[in-house]
Amino acid sequence: MVAATTSDAVLPNSGGTVLSVLRKPSVLPGFGLTLGFTLTYLSLIVLLPLAALALKAAGLGWSGFWDAVLTPRVLAAFKVSFGLSLAAAAINAVFGFIVAWVLVRYRFPGDRIVDALVDLPFALPTAVAGIALSALYAPNGWIGSLLMEWFGLRVAFTPLGIAIALTFIGLPFVVRTVQPILQDLPPEEEEAAAALGATRWQAFRRVVFPALLPALLTGFALAFARGVGEYGSVIFIAGNIPGLSEILPLLIVIKLEQYDYAGAAAVGVLMLMASFILLLALNLLQAWMRSRHAR
Amino acid sequence: MLVKKAVGFTPALADSRWVKGLLIATALGFLLLFLVLPLVSVFVEALRRGTDAYWAALMEPDAVAAIKLTLIVAAIAVPMNLLFGVAASWCIAKFDFRGKDVLITLIDLPFSVSPVISGLIYVLLFGLHGLMGPFLKSQGIQIIFAVPGLVLATVFVTFPFVARELIPLMQEQGNEEEEAALVLGASGWQTFWRVTLPNIKWGLLYGVLLCNARAMGEFGAVSVVSGHIRGETNTMPLHVEILYNEYNLVAAFAVASVLAMLALVTLVVKTVLEWRFGAELAATRH
Repeated sequence: MVAATTSDAVLPNSGGTVLSVLRKPSVLPGFGLTLGFTLTYLSLIVLLPLAALALKAAGLGWSGFWDAVLTPRVLAAFKVSFGLSLAAAAINAVFGFIVAWVLVRYRFPGDRIVDALVDLPFALPTAVAGIALSALYAPNGWIGSLLMEWFGLRVAFTPLGIAIALTFIGLPFVVRTVQPILQDLPPEEEEAAAALGATRWQAFRRVVFPALLPALLTGFALAFARGVGEYGSVIFIAGNIPGLSEILPLLIVIKLEQYDYAGAAAVGVLMLMASFILLLALNLLQAWMRSRHAR
Repeated sequence: MLVKKAVGFTPALADSRWVKGLLIATALGFLLLFLVLPLVSVFVEALRRGTDAYWAALMEPDAVAAIKLTLIVAAIAVPMNLLFGVAASWCIAKFDFRGKDVLITLIDLPFSVSPVISGLIYVLLFGLHGLMGPFLKSQGIQIIFAVPGLVLATVFVTFPFVARELIPLMQEQGNEEEEAALVLGASGWQTFWRVTLPNIKWGLLYGVLLCNARAMGEFGAVSVVSGHIRGETNTMPLHVEILYNEYNLVAAFAVASVLAMLALVTLVVKTVLEWRFGAELAATRH
């Protein structure tokens, strides 16, 4: 404490005595200025507007909130958003894992280009992805016409189309969470398993996979959370039929267009709450797996 | 980033040729279907009626206005978040204080909020029927359905990009170099410009690159606050939507192709930065 006061006396611009209670002493200047700016900017851009959302939803009251949220249309959109995001995250968990495995363990021509390409869904604007996917999967599109001819399957303008768009959007998450863990996995454990007579598959299932499972779950959770909130890539391919292929974010937009601000806020709060609970549950599951694996 | 290790070459860890071939084929097939085909289709659809129609679609006044507006919004939003990212990472990485973890979590918060909700919160605050709506109207200030709203929504969705790249980078670099500069008599600003900035420049560029790509391509958040006034409040992604809904597919894909090229340039620069300066980027370490 004494040291803090002296250093503040030497460098008057380092934050003053009030802030020195908050932080450990340092000779570097600018703490007060940068923290003050950070907190002000964060409050104005993020915290106050989010508080306005909570306030607007709270204005409905407890029963008013549930009345706005427990309508058949909202519940149907809830099922579509969360159900299809789970499905897309599951598809990405399987194929993202294979992509990560192939990128880390094998070499093939163009592997570095493939690696760079995995981030495309992060870089490509969602509206562009949306119109491209709906053109591809439309009944007269490249893929849509084949699926129609071979299986009589309609993808665009059905819930299946939403799952396709959400798979595209969530694709990098599983790859990018599993890849670094797989890369840093010490080969000794696998070698030991092989030396002790385990088959390749046994070594994978008992040694490699458990070590990668927490990362896989993280990627799954990130892809899932992204899918629930996704709007741009979905609305073009979804067909947006109320009760069948209407997602929660679209419902918010529709409510806003009808000037039902409170209703839109209620659906927004519902989305945030549900995502938060699910991510919390996944985090707990992950922590439990980590502790089990560590033992 | 891809750092190849010799792992696959230990005989005990080598998968059989069949397994290897099957897995590579599955992975590449999946990526071809979900990444390459959509990307290629954007350019094929855009050029369906030839290059003349393509250029005409891009030179059309509403398209030009949309391109200009997108550039203006990004030119305001990106520097704002750049300044914030540097300030936030300075106080978080260079100092120890209570509540730091909470602050880092709050900075990441916009990434876990749906883009539509990111727009919604500003409508609730500044819209005609919003909390501050009547006051703003009496003052003759318009935020929603105007450029300020577009900027705010864009700032929100791109909020964490620069900060989350710089915080781990500056934490790893520590304080010794700055302390040495100060002891040798440099002022705080001199220390920042001459010591800190050169150390973080590639990380900073990396963060700005990703921030800019998202700022120019954002759809959901700006769609809620824009009001879709042609030639006035339509950014490029919103213009794509309008053209597509009017069944003007060639024009929609022409504008989309410009955004797709932006995405490709972003990916190339990002990859080059990772290959060339991987050791100086926080994002490439996990």
